[in-house]
Amino acid sequence: MQDLHTNLSLPPVVSTLIEPLPRSPIEALLSVFTRRLVARRPDLLRRLGAVVHVPIAIVPDDMPHAFLLSLDADNSRVAICEKNEIGDAEAIIRAPFLVLLGLLDGTYDGDALFFSRDLRIQGRTEYVLALRNTLEEANLTCGEFFGLADAPARWVDDITRSLLAQVRHFASVSAEWSNRAPGRHS
Amino acid sequence: MTVASPIELALGPCLFNWPADRLLEFYKQIAAEAPVDRVYLGEVVCGKRMPYNDPVWPDAIAMLTDAGKEVVLSTLAQPVNKRERNILAQQAAYDMPIEINDMSMLPACRGRRFAVGPFLNIYNEASLRFLAEQGATSWCPPVELPLASIQKITALVPEVDTELFAFGRLPLALSSRCYHARAHGLRKDSCQFVCEKDPDGMDIATLDGTRFLAANGIQTLSDACHYSGLSGGQLKATGIRRLRLSPHSLGMVEVLTVFRTFLDGGIDAQELEARLTAMNLPGPLCNAYLSGEPGWKKTALPA
Amino acid sequence: MELVCPAGTPAALRAAADAGADAIYCGFADETNARNFPGLNFSPEELSRGVDYAHGRGAKVLVAINTFAQAGSTDLWKNAVDNAADCGADAIIAADIAVLDHAATRHPDLRLHLSVQAAANTPEAIRFYTETFGVKRVVLPRVFSVTEIAALNREIDVETEVFVFGGLCVMTEGRCSLSSYATGKSPNLTGVCSPPDHVDYAEDEAGRMKARLGGFTIDCFERGEPAGYPTLCKGRFSALGRSGYLFEDPVSLNAFELLEELAKAGVTALKIEGRQRGKAYIAGVVGAFRKAVDGLSGGADARAAISALKAMSEGGQQTTGSYRKTWR
Repeated sequence: MQDLHTNLSLPPVVSTLIEPLPRSPIEALLSVFTRRLVARRPDLLRRLGAVVHVPIAIVPDDMPHAFLLSLDADNSRVAICEKNEIGDAEAIIRAPFLVLLGLLDGTYDGDALFFSRDLRIQGRTEYVLALRNTLEEANLTCGEFFGLADAPARWVDDITRSLLAQVRHFASVSAEWSNRAPGRHS
Repeated sequence: MTVASPIELALGPCLFNWPADRLLEFYKQIAAEAPVDRVYLGEVVCGKRMPYNDPVWPDAIAMLTDAGKEVVLSTLAQPVNKRERNILAQQAAYDMPIEINDMSMLPACRGRRFAVGPFLNIYNEASLRFLAEQGATSWCPPVELPLASIQKITALVPEVDTELFAFGRLPLALSSRCYHARAHGLRKDSCQFVCEKDPDGMDIATLDGTRFLAANGIQTLSDACHYSGLSGGQLKATGIRRLRLSPHSLGMVEVLTVFRTFLDGGIDAQELEARLTAMNLPGPLCNAYLSGEPGWKKTALPA
Repeated sequence: MELVCPAGTPAALRAAADAGADAIYCGFADETNARNFPGLNFSPEELSRGVDYAHGRGAKVLVAINTFAQAGSTDLWKNAVDNAADCGADAIIAADIAVLDHAATRHPDLRLHLSVQAAANTPEAIRFYTETFGVKRVVLPRVFSVTEIAALNREIDVETEVFVFGGLCVMTEGRCSLSSYATGKSPNLTGVCSPPDHVDYAEDEAGRMKARLGGFTIDCFERGEPAGYPTLCKGRFSALGRSGYLFEDPVSLNAFELLEELAKAGVTALKIEGRQRGKAYIAGVVGAFRKAVDGLSGGADARAAISALKAMSEGGQQTTGSYRKTWR
């Protein structure tokens, strides 16, 4: 069931904890697995069409950094940058981190998130749409992203699914709690 | 086909809800003064208006025919209820030229000659040829169809006379909902015929005040006033034999006269534009549908 | 009644089949179908595999080739029909006389459905298509009330399909050029309404989002205010000195409460709109309507599942559209 997602923002403490983490190993890891995914699924590049080579910024509202994504046949890259360093992006997608994750694995419907204003887009709308539709087809579960198959994939997917469900539940409960606290208006 | 014949002029059906006496006065003037070859008349947009303007048509037809105009009965673009369907069936049996604007009319018109109006979705040579086999002798393409496509079609289906929508607010959309009624807080079934208040349609602007569209009952038109400034030679090269000018409340006799002068080479395209602009147009001039661009734009067409 | 569900990608097709669709409609990735959006639709190979998957789960596949063939390029549309037939499609959904004629002549055994884009409003128009091209089912234009659909079904001898959920065209489909007036592209010309390359969203400091199409401002949403698609017919404009939704609010169709009446009106198939939507939408909506249709013949109560669909709707709002006469 899809409900209003505004409660899905991570508490600010998460952002504070993530802030000092080193960026380059995460960047390298994400880039490698993205390249492997693209090599494994040439149909996805076909589906992307004009978005190939186009830098798209993905900006989680509740994270300290932004992701700059560039996809093509042999040099796909994911860069982590400051939120004010996304000037090169042709299109920008903004949403809470958990909402973005839910878009990747198809838990949420992109249009519904747009209607509820949880997802905001800027720049070249056609690129956002092509990326969104390609992700829909990619079925990017954790297992798929890391290139796992069969039992290991199912195992990883089951774990991440239940983990994410718990995190979402935790996020909405904590948001509700902080909204209810006296003197707080969100 | 006589190549030397000049491009003809047609007056399209009045799309707006003009009161009966105004309509009669209008066609009287057209019959007496306008340099027009063909006149389409009849209610095209809303079946509810029919009881009010029906009495006008016999007199208008007589006046125009006496003045040597070819009169064509244009028919309802979106018939839905039983009454409207019965009217169409009656009209199909009339002994006069008829224009069909909805596929509902096709079976009844099979075997007789008919004109194909701009409300039918004819976008390619195969569908026009199909209609020609059923009896279509003339065709006014949908307003959004670019000249390049029209040219391809006329070249492949030369047996059908092609007529270009060349003046007036562009008929863009039909609906089952009445936007005049909605804007006045009414429903279609009890609309009080409020569309009569706007003889050229109700102006619609964007939130920042840019003129944009016009509502006419269940129909939506452009705010801008489309025109074709193509010369007779250019039109012939595209396979177009007639221009259709759509009635508005400004002096249509004057509009028709200006177009006639232009097509006869009396004035150039720039002067045509200047003279039209000097009139009380319903909106700014536009023409870019002809070149396959957004319809609201005004563009320099290739000379 | 048969449940006809949308699929814009092979993944969506599988989701629809898994969620209990009786039939799934989709199109090729080009101008031959009316959802010609970037990243969407099927290659012939994907369609072929999709047909196998759907058939394996007892669902049919209907291929929408429902735009109007371009002058001088009708081969693209004819090839699409041939490809759909080769892929084992169960039916073709078409609107253009050229496409219908080709399908009827070259593939006489392939079932033909008349697309909503043909705007066949009357028994006379419908009979023209059934008698001329052997059309077996007509997707009804969204201009009728349920009472009118019942009356229509008494006068025609062909299956009818009606929309029950999803995006709602306010204008009569197949008879609207609003999109090309603003952008140069439209459903009839290029298979798109409000093409994304002409859509622009701008958010100011206060979180107010302005939506523009072809440079025209078509709506402006305050922070947190639910939004809709960037279509002209659901934009906010001003007339008579007032501003508001002149044509229609950002709203989607939900005819759940009318299912029983539609069944009594003689409707054969119920259509869910949304080939541009994600798997989450497909799974949610198809699942809920599967329950609802089964519920008509004594299955479980579907009300909870249906009411959960509200967030899937434009502006978070739902309407029964023209099915109730007062909508007009």
